Amino acid sequence: MSNVTTTPADDRVGTRSSFSTTLARPEVGALLAAIAVAVLFFAVAPAFRNVGNIGTILYGSSTIGIMAVVVALLMIGGEFDLSAGVAVTTSALMAAHTAWYFSLNVWVGIGAALVLSLAIGAFNGWLLHKTGLPSFLVTLGTFFVLQGANLAMTRLIAGGVSSNALNDLDGFDSAHAVFASSVTLGPVEVKIPVIYWIVMAVIAGALLLRTHYGNWIFAVGGDSAAARAVGVPVTATKVFLFMGVGFGAWVLGMHNLFEYNNVQSGQGVGYEFVYIIAAVIGGCTLTGGYGSVVGAAIGALIFGMTQLGITYAGWNVDWFKTFLGVMLIASVLVNMYVKRKAEGR
Amino acid sequence: MSALEDTTVDRSTTPVLELVDCGKHYGNVHALRGVNLSVRQGEVTCVLGDNGAGKSTLIKIISGLHDYTEGSMKLNGIVRQFNSPRVAQALGIATVYQDLALAPLMSVWRNFFLGNEVRKGPFLAIPEMKRVAGEELTKMGIVIPDLDRPVSSLSGGQRQVIAIARAIYFGAKVIILDEPTAALGVKQSGVVLKYIVKARDAGLGVIFITHNPHHAYLVGNHFVILKLGRVVLDARRDELTLEQLTGEMAGGQELAELSHELQGQDPSGAAPAAEAAPDRTGDAGPAREEKRT
Repeated sequence: MSNVTTTPADDRVGTRSSFSTTLARPEVGALLAAIAVAVLFFAVAPAFRNVGNIGTILYGSSTIGIMAVVVALLMIGGEFDLSAGVAVTTSALMAAHTAWYFSLNVWVGIGAALVLSLAIGAFNGWLLHKTGLPSFLVTLGTFFVLQGANLAMTRLIAGGVSSNALNDLDGFDSAHAVFASSVTLGPVEVKIPVIYWIVMAVIAGALLLRTHYGNWIFAVGGDSAAARAVGVPVTATKVFLFMGVGFGAWVLGMHNLFEYNNVQSGQGVGYEFVYIIAAVIGGCTLTGGYGSVVGAAIGALIFGMTQLGITYAGWNVDWFKTFLGVMLIASVLVNMYVKRKAEGR
Repeated sequence: MSALEDTTVDRSTTPVLELVDCGKHYGNVHALRGVNLSVRQGEVTCVLGDNGAGKSTLIKIISGLHDYTEGSMKLNGIVRQFNSPRVAQALGIATVYQDLALAPLMSVWRNFFLGNEVRKGPFLAIPEMKRVAGEELTKMGIVIPDLDRPVSSLSGGQRQVIAIARAIYFGAKVIILDEPTAALGVKQSGVVLKYIVKARDAGLGVIFITHNPHHAYLVGNHFVILKLGRVVLDARRDELTLEQLTGEMAGGQELAELSHELQGQDPSGAAPAAEAAPDRTGDAGPAREEKRT
């Protein structure tokens, strides 16, 4: 016990250099990957170098990024949402059917879709809390329920597999302006979901790192029993995160609806994994308690660049999914390696 | 260290927490019977006992996880029945559990303020939180140069200290330490024992739960040994030697060691062994290791 008195200066715990502190940030792996992908397509695809195509690339990224941001928050909170993909379609169909069937102002439909999307999220969170089942199972159930309801309700109301056109209803023009317009910045035409994507990433990033709610999100994902023991409202935090995914589904659903004027009822299946992959590339762990919103937004950007880069390079687009799989595994390995290196463990 | 305790005894004569004939039964199982315990501020009250002696039940009663079914519990002279851990915490009783209630991947300062975040408008007052966390840990004599480090990268002893420092900072009057040295090596245990003394000197009533008489005797002012749900020894430090304390504890420990041996030799001996063996078998390990030192 003679060593007891000499503990204050434990020479095993050194200060970390600012370099390794920077490397330890969860989004660093994604940033490096994004640069690598950009350099690759910059070299092989002439169209990728065209400034005008930046808008197209960003647009492709934003349709994934809006959801990737909220899904990343949920994953940091330790949960999955497998219904996130079809929930986007459900939201769009709710707005379309409500407005068309009752011949209402489309804004009424948009409001109804928001309520439904938030309710689906709250339901997921509530069911998770009530049953104590893993979110994988709970949201898999919701996924099938919504997928079936999308098809069946559309068949019932519109008599087919797509919702009816809305462009002769009141409020369509203003809704189109809010959800599907575009702005021209110099040579680049920026579609409005790009702005929503960036704004949501900034807000969610600030929420996560700069507010006490963010602290709670990390804690419920890292160790929910520990969080509860120090007085963090674990259930409320998780329900809120699921509702956040609902909100993202609503934003993207409204864009899809007003961009194309109608929605296909079978859309969205499989996208839940795309959002999860973007979040994981961005540094989120599957076990929760660690990750980055900005990283997830960068993960979505990698998606957008790859999707268009393959086309621009003249490669067979069938390889896209293969490329994604490789990216996913590589990014997880890089993240693991960087994290271990930086923490010196 | 023996000089430390007598100076603090007279600081307050009325106990901050007092259990009178307190007991708890789960159905027809009496987990705890007729326990008298007084915890004074500025004193370390050690509760010793082998596994199954009722230590956990006692912690759960004091920390508000379970209600007692017999006797009474007084906090500052007022009879209380805590309905939840939140009530106990609000009244100044903090519990540092073995699993510590720290989120492993979160940084030191985030963990320190978890659930009690300092805000500036809607945002966290990060510089202030880092400064306070650093100061409080330094006060406890632990220097962590990088407060952004995740707690999972710290040693078990350092994590204990963060949990203790946090409880002190957020206004605990009584702090319950649930076997803080059980999972630690010899040196790390020494570090934690030092902070127990610091918590005591900060004026807290410390309840130190352990099954290690050597650790208890180093820091304790008052010793209570539980066996099968009853108090079998209740003595002040000056009424007791380390040998006596160890002797009182040894009966149970020998039994545990014996049953461990029997389990290894004869599979048919598993039945009596299981009766005497601890439900958490891992607990016997560090205690024996400590004896060798």
